[in-house]
Amino acid sequence: MTLGANIAPALDARVPDGPIEQKWDRQKLENKLVAPANRRRHTVIVVGTGLAGAAAAASLGEQGYNVLCFTFHDSPRRAHSIAAQGGINAAKNYKNDGDSVWRLFYDTVKGGDYRSREANVFRLAQLSVSIIDQCVAQGVPFAREYGGLLDTRSFGGAQLERTFYARGQTGQQLLLGAYQSLMRQVERGTVSLFPRREMLDLVVADGHARGILCRNLLSGEVERYAAGAVLLCTGGYGNVYYLSTNALNSNVTAAWRCHKRGALFANPCFTQIHPTCIPVSGVHQSKLTLMSESLRNDGRVWVPHQPGDKRPSNHIPEGERDYYLERRYPSFGNLVPRDVASRNAKIVCDEGKGVGETGLAVYLDFSDAMRRLGRDTIEDRYGNLFQMYERITGEDPYAAPMRIYPAIHYTMGGLWVDYHLMSSVPGLFVLGEANFSDHGANRLGASALMQGLADGYFVAPYTVAHYLASTKLAPVDTREAAFESTAADARAQLERLLSVRGKRTVRDIHRELGLLMWNLVGMSRNDAGLRKALARVPQLRAGFWADVSIPGSNDTMNKTLEYAGRVADYLEFAELLALDALHRAESCGGHFREESQTLDGEALRDDTLFSYAAAWKFQGVGNPPVLVKEPLEFEYVHPTQRSYV
Amino acid sequence: MNFDLLVWRQPAATAPGKMVKYRAEAVSSDTSFLEMLDTVNEGLIARGDEPIAFDSDCREGICGSCGLVINGRAHGPDLGTATCQLHMRRFKDGEEITVEPWRARAFPVIKDLVVERAALDRIIAAGGYISVNTGSAPEANTVPVPRADAETAMDAAACIACGACVAACKNASAHLFVGAKVSHLMLLPQGRPERLQRALNMVRQADAEGFGSCSNEGECEAVCPKQISIRNIARMVREYTQATLAGVQ
Repeated sequence: MTLGANIAPALDARVPDGPIEQKWDRQKLENKLVAPANRRRHTVIVVGTGLAGAAAAASLGEQGYNVLCFTFHDSPRRAHSIAAQGGINAAKNYKNDGDSVWRLFYDTVKGGDYRSREANVFRLAQLSVSIIDQCVAQGVPFAREYGGLLDTRSFGGAQLERTFYARGQTGQQLLLGAYQSLMRQVERGTVSLFPRREMLDLVVADGHARGILCRNLLSGEVERYAAGAVLLCTGGYGNVYYLSTNALNSNVTAAWRCHKRGALFANPCFTQIHPTCIPVSGVHQSKLTLMSESLRNDGRVWVPHQPGDKRPSNHIPEGERDYYLERRYPSFGNLVPRDVASRNAKIVCDEGKGVGETGLAVYLDFSDAMRRLGRDTIEDRYGNLFQMYERITGEDPYAAPMRIYPAIHYTMGGLWVDYHLMSSVPGLFVLGEANFSDHGANRLGASALMQGLADGYFVAPYTVAHYLASTKLAPVDTREAAFESTAADARAQLERLLSVRGKRTVRDIHRELGLLMWNLVGMSRNDAGLRKALARVPQLRAGFWADVSIPGSNDTMNKTLEYAGRVADYLEFAELLALDALHRAESCGGHFREESQTLDGEALRDDTLFSYAAAWKFQGVGNPPVLVKEPLEFEYVHPTQRSYV
Repeated sequence: MNFDLLVWRQPAATAPGKMVKYRAEAVSSDTSFLEMLDTVNEGLIARGDEPIAFDSDCREGICGSCGLVINGRAHGPDLGTATCQLHMRRFKDGEEITVEPWRARAFPVIKDLVVERAALDRIIAAGGYISVNTGSAPEANTVPVPRADAETAMDAAACIACGACVAACKNASAHLFVGAKVSHLMLLPQGRPERLQRALNMVRQADAEGFGSCSNEGECEAVCPKQISIRNIARMVREYTQATLAGVQ
C-alpha cells in the first residue's frame, strides 16, 4: 500500500456560521422538527448501549420515536463505559475557582493538541453543565460535601476542580442512570431491545443508511432491521493491540463494516496510552488493568541507574535509583501528561533498565509519601487501588513499590462525522468513542464520559430529528435488493470463516497482530517501523484466512466464530491505522513520530502541513484508501507548542 | 501449577448436560481463573474441539458478565471478588476444581456455563428507575442530599447484576438484587415520589420471573462480589409492606 496517491476535495463539516458561543443555538433554531404525533412512524436503530447508545436510545424513545436498540451483551448494562473509574468533567464552577464553558473549551482544544474541531468542542463544554443536572435527577449517587451539595475534584493534572465522581465507579453509575432510563422506555414500548445481537453490516439504499444486519448470537441467524436512521455507538478500537484496558469483546467490527460501505474513517492513528497500568505477566494475559492515574500524585516513578540491575527494589540504594521523570521534568515531575509519562517509561525500558521478570515495567514508589503522610493517609487515598494491585499481582504495594507499565486505553480516532454527528453516509450517525470528533489527538482525563453523554442525551436527539424531518426517504422493506445483497455478503463471510478449518487459534493470531502493532505502531513510531508493519499485516491476514481454526457451527452460540469475525476486521483495520500513522509525519498528542521531536525529545507538531483531520475512504481490502482532508482552523484557541520541561 | 477440572458441558438449552474432566497444565500462579479457562480452550480449539462457553467481558469485576460456581461457591473462594478477579494462586497445586453455571429456574442455561439473565433487566424495566425525561432536570445542586444518604445509596448502587446472589440462594431469590436497587433510589430525594410503586412493581416482577423468596440466611451477601449488605433486603421489605398497607396497586 502506498499513500498520498489520491486526495479528494476537502470535507464540509456543516458547522453553522456565527460566533462560536451561538453556533449550537443557531443550529437548534434552524433544525426542522418532527411533530409529536408523527414520531412513532420513524424508526431509528441504535447500535451499542454504552453511555452514548443508552442515552440516545432512551432520549429518542422519550420523544416518541420507534427505537430499535442492539447490544452484543446479554444486558445493555454491561457495555464497557461501565469500567470508567475517574470522573466526568463539567463547567459548573461549583468550586468558585474560575471555571467556565470557555475555559473547559480552551483546555480541551489545547489538550487535544490542536487537532479537534473547535465548534464541536465548544458545544461539548456548553452541554457538560446539563449532563450533571440530568444524571443527578436520574439518581446517580455522585460524591457530596457534608452540606449535601455536589463535590468535585481535580483530575488528570487539571488546574481546576471540575470533575464530578462517584467513588471509583463513575462510569458504572452514569451508565446505570442511562440504562435505567432506557429500560423505562423498553417498558413503555418506545424502545425494542435486542440483546445478544452483533451488527455485521450496514445496509445502504439509494445512498442512505437504511438498516443493519445482525447475527443473533444465540441462533446464528442473520437478522435484518430497517430504519430511517442508524446510530452507531459501538466504542473504540483499542483491542487491535490485543492487550489493552478495553473489555475483551470491545471491537471495531461495526465501525469497520460501515467504513467498507462508504463511511470515512478519521485519524485512526490517534490512540491514547495510559501510563499507569499493571504490567504484562505472561502469554496467558488476556487484558491489562488500569490503575487510576491519581496514583502519580503521591507515587514517585523510578528505575535502577544500571541497566540489567536485577536486585530487589529494597536492595537498590537511593543513590543508584533514577527518578527519571523528576530529573527530566523538574517543574512537573511525576505529574507530566499521560503521553510524556508513557513514552519515558518505554525509553528507560528500551535502555534495559526496566524492572520485574519481563523487564517491561517501572517502579511507582509510595515509601516517601508514607513516611511524610503516614500509611493511614495513603490507605485513605488509594486503599482500593492498592487492594486491586495486590489481588492481581499477589504483591503488597505497602511493602514494596508497585510495578507499572503503559497500555492502550482509548482511541480518539473513529468514523468521521460532521457537526450533526452524521458520517459521510447520509443517515448514519456516529456517537461517543466510535466517532473522531471532540478529542483531537489526545483526550483529557474525565472527558470521555462527558462526550458520550453529550452526544447521546443532547446532540443526536436534535440532529437525528432534523435529518428525519428534512430528508425524503422512500419506504424500505427488509426483503428488497439492498438487504438481500448485504445479507448474502454477511452469510458468505460467516461460511468462509467456518470453512478454513486450520490449525491456529484466533487468539494466537490476534496476539501476534497486537504485539506487532504495539511494537511498531505503539507509543513511539517511525517511518521504517511503520513500513514494516504495513508489509507484515497483509501477511498475517493471509495467514489468518489460510490457517484459522474455528470449531463448531453457525447455527448455535459460537463464541469462537464471534471472535474470529472481529479479528478478521482488525486484520484489515490495522493496515489503515499504520498507514495513517505513516502519512502523519508530525508528532501530536498520542501520536509520536520519532522524526518529529524537539531537541528536548518532546513531540513536535507541524501545523503548516498537518493541521487537518485525515479522513480515509475505503477502496477495497489491500488497496490504498483515498485521503480526504478536513482542514482545521483555530479562530479562538491559538495553537502553541506544548512544553513541560 | 496443574489442575484437574470438572466442568459442566451442555451443548444447548434443551440438551442434557454433564460434568466433563479436563486437565490444566503448567499454569502460572499469576493467571486469573478465566485466563486458565482461556488456556484450556486454546488447547481444545487447536484440536478442533468446541471450547467451553462462558460469558466474560471487562475482566475488572465491574461489568457483571462473568459468573461461575467454583467448587460449589458462586464466584469461588475469595470474598468480594468476581470470577474474573480470582487468581490461580488461590488454589493448591494438583487440586480438583469443579466449575458449574449459575443454577436457578429464572436463569436457564444457554450453553455450557452461559445462562440467560434477562429476567434481571425485566425487573429493572418494571420500576428500577427514576422517571425523568432528558432535558427536564432541575439544576443539579437545587436539592441537597445528606452525605450519609448519598454514601448509603452508593453502597447499594454498586450492584453489578451478576446474579451470584440468586445462584447462592437455596430459594434462588433475587431479593438482594431488588433490594439494592430499591434502596439506592429510595435513599435519594429524587427517587422518593415513586418509592412505593417502585418497590411493589419490582417485587411483583421478581415473583413473576420465578425467583424465590428470602429465608434470611445471608448466602447472597456472602458471595456478592460488591459485598452488598442484606440490610437492603430489610429496606425493600419495609417499602413493599408500606406499599401494600397504603393500598398501592
